[in-house]
Amino acid sequence: MTATPTRQRPASRPAARRPGTRRQRLVPGILLAVALGYVLILLIGPLGGIIYYAFKSGISAIGQTFTQPDVQHALYLTFIIMLITVVVNTVFGIIVALVLARDKFPGKRLVSALVDLPLAVSPVIVGLMAVLLFGRGGWFEPFFAARGIQVIFAVPSMVLVTIFISIPFVIREVVPVLQELGLEEEQAAWTLGASKAQTFFRVTLPNIRWGLLYGIALSAARAIGEVGAVLIVSGAIQGQTETATLFILRAFDQFQDQQGYIVALTLAAFSILLLIGIETFKRKRTREAR
Amino acid sequence: MAEAAIQTQRPGGRARFRPGAAAGRWPLRGVALVYLALFILLPVAAIIQRGYGTGLGNLTGALSSFGAWNAIKLTLIMAVLTAIINGAFGTLLAYVLVRFRFPGRSLLSTVVDLPFAIPTLVAGVMLVALYGPSSAVGGWLEKHGIQIVFAPPGILLALLFVTLPLVVRSVQPVLLELDPAEEEAARVLGAGRWTTFRRVVFPALRPAITAGSLQALARALGEFGAIVIVSGNIPNKTLTAPVLISQLINPTSYGASGGPDQAAAVSALLFGLAFVIVLITEKISSRGSGWLKS
Repeated sequence: MTATPTRQRPASRPAARRPGTRRQRLVPGILLAVALGYVLILLIGPLGGIIYYAFKSGISAIGQTFTQPDVQHALYLTFIIMLITVVVNTVFGIIVALVLARDKFPGKRLVSALVDLPLAVSPVIVGLMAVLLFGRGGWFEPFFAARGIQVIFAVPSMVLVTIFISIPFVIREVVPVLQELGLEEEQAAWTLGASKAQTFFRVTLPNIRWGLLYGIALSAARAIGEVGAVLIVSGAIQGQTETATLFILRAFDQFQDQQGYIVALTLAAFSILLLIGIETFKRKRTREAR
Repeated sequence: MAEAAIQTQRPGGRARFRPGAAAGRWPLRGVALVYLALFILLPVAAIIQRGYGTGLGNLTGALSSFGAWNAIKLTLIMAVLTAIINGAFGTLLAYVLVRFRFPGRSLLSTVVDLPFAIPTLVAGVMLVALYGPSSAVGGWLEKHGIQIVFAPPGILLALLFVTLPLVVRSVQPVLLELDPAEEEAARVLGAGRWTTFRRVVFPALRPAITAGSLQALARALGEFGAIVIVSGNIPNKTLTAPVLISQLINPTSYGASGGPDQAAAVSALLFGLAFVIVLITEKISSRGSGWLKS
């Protein structure tokens, strides 16, 4: 690729079609307007709507909502579940990513499809799976019942379904970075006498950090927002197994819309912070992968 | 890349090792496969066994229950519409983001990712806030005979919201790789803007658009959080299959009842569909620029 195409059009062409004329600028303008309009109707407008309603009854309503013990417990529970999910999916996500990026074995395509599965399966079905495994008459019910461990209608099953749902994010972000990275640096470290652990922590991990953080931020966002699966396994017991999203659901069910809007805006605000992180990591990761 | 030329003799003469090669591969591989098997394969097996272990009775039982068939039909129609509409607008957005330079471009790029970060339930709450009957916009639309919330258009909006980034982020990287010189060449040779897009850009983007739309389709088939508040869950009118499943499992809440077995039967049906879509997507993106290049 050496010859750069000249922008000159054949001389016989009508002048009106040369770049820069009014018609030429009109089309991109319309395309841009349509694209922006779509985003406005679908994303920006609704965001404005929720902000308006959350602040409608003033600051005192917001303060009053956050002093409610069930709201505090719901936010706390959401945070704990997110934390456990992120830790588990980061550790095992890196392992799966290493295997998928470096290893070759029969059925690898199927394994990668398996990793994608949680993105396609309805969260409600994920909840049902947990009920079928751990609920009454489930495969593992006798095992846990004999040891007095409550899984369904308790936090363990809520953590399990949230892990399931956010499995793909770290893996999908780390694999491409690992593939771009190649093996040379790790081989160099190894040849120079570094142990496996040293090679991983000093060479591999720093190289994949932005992709990894991007995946972690996506997992965290997904874990905070999970509702369908958690609704089914938790029983949504107020003040016990009710997460922030389940609280919002109950608020709207009981016509406490105001409280629902306030907690929803809280989650939205947190997600937007995460999004800013996501965008930063993504930009750095893109640079890393090049 | 002369891999073989790298002599990986460790100082001190310990066993030879190439990272990623056969040595020490099995523990890692084992952990990865066990993790996936425990968290993904096992639950899937449970759902199939419970739903169909006794034959097709559960499925026919569930389908004959009140509103079940209509729920599945509604879900399919809404999901297909979502895939088509976002296939078109997602491609447009990706094109605008990659090819145009305008102030606020990076902000638009961030806004497009908003649905990745915002909880789906909150997305539903947002749509109710803007388009619900008590808001200014929703009230105005209602006066003109357009009902969005508690009606199919609300479901569609919710699904479009949550699936928008899937298509954009599938098309964008391919468009970035696509050399603008090809488009310029077509234009220089006298092709119009539309012809250039149709004959030069679109064929290159088609796998990515298809993959993104299929992801949106699969996601839309299973969406629960964004829909549950927006749709109102009226049997035979706005009740979707995922909401129906949740009602079958927790019969106390609303109308439908049938227990986890019938829920498993409907779930396995939806799940099978989603898995086929994932496999097709995998196949398409393995030819293009999927996240796993082999």
